[in-house]
Amino acid sequence: MTSKLKFPSDEWIKELSAQLNASEAYAQSAKDWEGDFVFIVEPDSAYDDTAYLYLGLYHGKSPDAALLPSLDDREAEFMLSAPFSVWRQVIEGKLDAIQGMMTRKLKVRGNMMKIMRYPKAAKEIVSCCALIPTDFGD
Amino acid sequence: MWYFVSPQIVFGPDSLEALDELNGSQALIVTDANLVQLGIVEQVQAHLQKAGLSVSLFDQVEPDPSVQTVQRGAEVARGHQPDWIVGLGGGSAMDAAKAIWVLYERPDLHPAEINPFMPLGLRQKARLITIPTTSGTGAEVTWAIVLTDTEEQRKMGVGSRENCADLAIVDPALTVNMPPQLTADTGLDALTHAVEGFTCSWHTDFTDGLCIQATRMIFQYLPRAVENGSDMEARERMHNAATCAGLGFGNAMASLAHAMGHTLGALFHLPHGRAVSIFLPYTIEFFSHEGEGEPARFAALADAVGVNSGWGLTLAQYIRDLCQRIGNPISVAQAGIEQGDYLASLDKLIEDAFNDTQILTAVRTPTYDQLRQLFLYAYEGRPVDF
Repeated sequence: MTSKLKFPSDEWIKELSAQLNASEAYAQSAKDWEGDFVFIVEPDSAYDDTAYLYLGLYHGKSPDAALLPSLDDREAEFMLSAPFSVWRQVIEGKLDAIQGMMTRKLKVRGNMMKIMRYPKAAKEIVSCCALIPTDFGD
Repeated sequence: MWYFVSPQIVFGPDSLEALDELNGSQALIVTDANLVQLGIVEQVQAHLQKAGLSVSLFDQVEPDPSVQTVQRGAEVARGHQPDWIVGLGGGSAMDAAKAIWVLYERPDLHPAEINPFMPLGLRQKARLITIPTTSGTGAEVTWAIVLTDTEEQRKMGVGSRENCADLAIVDPALTVNMPPQLTADTGLDALTHAVEGFTCSWHTDFTDGLCIQATRMIFQYLPRAVENGSDMEARERMHNAATCAGLGFGNAMASLAHAMGHTLGALFHLPHGRAVSIFLPYTIEFFSHEGEGEPARFAALADAVGVNSGWGLTLAQYIRDLCQRIGNPISVAQAGIEQGDYLASLDKLIEDAFNDTQILTAVRTPTYDQLRQLFLYAYEGRPVDF
């Protein structure tokens, strides 16, 4: 894959899913993980829409991913929301996702006890994001 | 955007007298039975009573406190309704005090739910004082809480910036009774905090200086404090160093040696400082073989503490020399762990280290195979060459 994928989009989240499925490090670190995510991209000065990116995660693999028409379209155990520009900083490696959550730039909803037991898996998801050539609409 | 969190710190000889000035009506001391026997609890109690406070006691904190212990402590707090909670002891007592305080204020939470990602709303019922009696953990100034899940034999790191103490009292007189082995183990814990706080990926301008100064002081004063526990200059500087290191790594993070040490300590019941310090030189070597600018930071730290030739590999050897000088092991085998038991636990050691939050800030993340190799090299005492 050489062309850039627009963020947020159905193609982009499907590519993240493919990257996770190709990652041995993610497979090992999330081998017991069960819990889907919806990433909510909120509008800001650089993006004027709201997008819902669904990422299915099960036992070290990502069986499904899609851009959702609305939040009600799929159920997910976890939600991570932030303005577009914060997502961009995370994807470009300029903001550590965990620090973003700790400073509440990224807001997480779901069972934190569960998330905190899988720090390496969280790091691998962010690493896979960085592998996607991304078009932020500049 | 990031934070630097610290309690008000009272330090130096006679700093326990700061308790005389407290305002309040009821204090709960959270500690362990040993400190009751040593008479240290009585000293603290006398100062609190001088301030006009009624004092109650929870002295059931064990080394590596469990979830159940802090839940029991929170019940005691709810019975006494303190407006001050005083964590008195080593890291276990202070961490237990932090957790008990949170659960006293937030009875709706399970200890594992204490996290930095959402507001806790503390300080509605009480505030927290921490008083260290060892020079190592830095728990008096950090917001991290390490509890042990006894069912899974696993340490878990929880905590929130909000549960950082309001007041830390760093009085060197409280450390005089520490035996040499405890002095060595806790001092090496402080060294590991300082080195990892300086070299982890979350280090900042606000933490670097504290970590450098702590590292310098530990190299200079730890051997003296181990050799002669009555050397009050060494005791005081080590007590200050541990708190500086706590501020340094507590506002940055620790790293891979802590992730590995937590798992070893939880499975083989090794003192925390000994466990993490065994791994420190191996992780420095691992970081120094490859990475993104890491050798420069190790070089800067090595230069700051007077290791002239610079790179991290030399710093690693310098740390091993210090460990040997104060009689501590430089390999897992030297720590007395049987090879068969260790190898049988290797998969769990790797798994738990990968699921330890401290691994997030390692400047070079090992693969599963590399982590396995690191555990094996550390067992044998082989310098890391990959």
